[in-house]
Amino acid sequence: MDALTLHRIHFAFTITYHYLFPQLTMGLALLIVVLKTLALRTVDPEASANYDKSSRFWAKIFAINFLLGVVTGIPMEFQFGTNWSEFSRRTGGVIGMPLAMEGIFSFFLESAFLGLFLFGEKRLSRTMHWLSAVLVFIGSWISGFFIIVTNAWMQHPVGYTLLPNGVYEVASFRQLLFNPWAWLEYAHNMCAAVVTGSFVMAAVGALYLLQNREGPYGRIFLKLGVVAGFISCVLQVFPTGDLHGKYMAKHQPTAIAAMEGLFHSEKGAGMILMGQPNYDAQTIDNPLVVNKVLSFLIYGTTAAEVQGLDHFPRDQWPSTLPLLFYSYHIMVGLGTWFGALMAIAAFLLWRGKLYAANWILWPILLSWPLPYIATTAGWMTAEIGRQPWLVYGLIRTAQGSSIHVTAGNSLFTLLGFLGMYTALSLLWIITVYNHIQTGPQAAPHAAHTDSVTV
Amino acid sequence: MGTLWFWIVVLMLTAYVVLDGFDLGVGAIYLFVARTEPERQQALRSIGPVWDGNEVWLLAAGGTLFFAFPLLYASAFSGFYLPLMMVLWLLILRGISIELRGHSTDPLWRTFFDALFSLSSILLIVFFGAALANVVRGVPLGTDDYFFLPLWTDFRTGASPGILDWYTILGGLLAVAALALHGALYLALKTEAALERRALRIARRLWPIAILLTAIDIPATVIARPASLNNFAGHPIVFLIPLVVLASLATMRFTMTRQSRLTSFLSSCTYLIAMLVGAATGLFPVLLPAVGSHGQDLTVARAISGPHTLRVGLAWWSVGMCLAALYFGIVYWLFRGKVPTDAEGYGH
Repeated sequence: MDALTLHRIHFAFTITYHYLFPQLTMGLALLIVVLKTLALRTVDPEASANYDKSSRFWAKIFAINFLLGVVTGIPMEFQFGTNWSEFSRRTGGVIGMPLAMEGIFSFFLESAFLGLFLFGEKRLSRTMHWLSAVLVFIGSWISGFFIIVTNAWMQHPVGYTLLPNGVYEVASFRQLLFNPWAWLEYAHNMCAAVVTGSFVMAAVGALYLLQNREGPYGRIFLKLGVVAGFISCVLQVFPTGDLHGKYMAKHQPTAIAAMEGLFHSEKGAGMILMGQPNYDAQTIDNPLVVNKVLSFLIYGTTAAEVQGLDHFPRDQWPSTLPLLFYSYHIMVGLGTWFGALMAIAAFLLWRGKLYAANWILWPILLSWPLPYIATTAGWMTAEIGRQPWLVYGLIRTAQGSSIHVTAGNSLFTLLGFLGMYTALSLLWIITVYNHIQTGPQAAPHAAHTDSVTV
Repeated sequence: MGTLWFWIVVLMLTAYVVLDGFDLGVGAIYLFVARTEPERQQALRSIGPVWDGNEVWLLAAGGTLFFAFPLLYASAFSGFYLPLMMVLWLLILRGISIELRGHSTDPLWRTFFDALFSLSSILLIVFFGAALANVVRGVPLGTDDYFFLPLWTDFRTGASPGILDWYTILGGLLAVAALALHGALYLALKTEAALERRALRIARRLWPIAILLTAIDIPATVIARPASLNNFAGHPIVFLIPLVVLASLATMRFTMTRQSRLTSFLSSCTYLIAMLVGAATGLFPVLLPAVGSHGQDLTVARAISGPHTLRVGLAWWSVGMCLAALYFGIVYWLFRGKVPTDAEGYGH
């Protein structure tokens, strides 16, 4: 493998792994705020204590995932310089800004108040403890925002000037922060984080109900998971997914064509639900098509023409086309499943039948890994869709990597990360599994007596 | 503007060394200073609520370096590729060992993460010390402003050095002595009883080692890069910096025997600040000196970002720093005083 390919795999692997953790913590942060608010607002002391205990239980899971997010996140910032030095040299004057702002405006806030939230329950008043949970939530969502601003600039660069020495700098700070792409992507991504958090919480609730243990906690977790899950699943499709797709069709038409597997321009283009892209024959094998839907989704009319890949020169086609097609279809397919599952669960909740409906508790329990897959597939869609560009229309991926870091060195550290992350995965499974097995009831009153940061 | 950003980055890196330095230092002496399970919990609790926030200074400094000096970020990070990746692995191992230790009461589990915590802390300090020494000594920059350093060559400074040579190893050792001392003084300040006494004893033993290594390192720096003296020759007032180093070391020793824990710890902070400011003064306006005959020094003027980026950056940076100072003030205030010895009493 050549150095460029290895640098790409290096970044792709480490970022994919990293993002398994923040998507849960950003979603959970919101749900913990809801639990803390319910505890504060509930008059009945026993019910209020149950909400407090619930939030302590989830705070511990939050802490493990937050820490893994932190330690796997540091390599991301470093890798811009280590493996993508040409990219850093030329665009640091733009994307370095949101990255630095993430550290200064989000990480300081998050780390300070997470310390207070985890360690300070007895030192702080109830309102102050609630406030520290809110500030952790705000910090983690600000962090997501600055990362999305960075990514959005790579997807759809705005507000920059090219200096005579070939590097870019910010021309308009306002345009950089209010890049429409960033806000659409942010809305879509944060909904996805709430989906992940909700599914995990609902699955733990379903587990306790199916096992007939943990008293009221199974119902609390399931109820909150289903309500938040239903709302976020709806918002995920409409308006966030819909608007993001339309904006993308306007500004990255090659990506849309490749995602949909549209090799040839078509009037009244159909949407392919399933199939296998055949790159050589420029067709989709075994296609399952819904007529005219694609034209309608993008342009609001079934008659509109959608530009296929044949409309664009080959050197602008996304380089790993079949993977892009599958990523996109996995994301959409799973998203459909989430919406259906949560709609049924929410209906049963409304009718008061959810807690005893084992036939729906089982799929809720088993579905918890799927949002992780859908989110990963969604990000792969965005990032592969951007190819062959590193910064869309400005810098090609092949021009961005470190010149003097050889393939051998890149492979050395890639293998190191593979080993390291395998160990982290095992430790994650052991600790989270143990914590769920222990359960919220058995947890000591003070959730963190045994541990330092938890 | 370039000068300002140079000192902003120095300020942030100094904050990182002083703050994360004490929790790294606690890690370095952890196995020796805390013998029993309650003592180990006490030691970890003294850094528990703050270590993660301290580490943020590294990320924030890195981000600031990235947008203010993109060329330096690109050149140095790709050139120090291998040691940086190892630093990342060590940061991962250290972070998980602090967090996961408490997830099981099994003694084997705890022993394992105790050892991992201490070992990764020591190695991180060695790497950071050696990294700073590498920057001070200079690297073989090419005409394209890039370089790639092997881990070692012949252990000599000169035209083709490695990451490790006699000077950078010395830097690593000095860092271990200085931060272990820093951590010991922090523990003495924050803990009680046997742990406090042992921390103080370790501090007293480390102190002469830190003095000795400091005394060797300062002339060694002049040998490794004679140009370090340029700014000192031009502005005699900066000779105050080595005087501050000496004064803070003296105060540290003096107050150690007189039970003024806070003063000892603050002297150690002053010592670290003076050493780093001294190193930065020796470098300025160079960011990364070139050795060998190919490239030129990477200077502030060559690496600095565009003017508009810097103006916008200064506006939000000032706001952000005030907020960060406020958060740190709140956290350190709420967790002020000694960590209680009884486990249940802490924070709950």
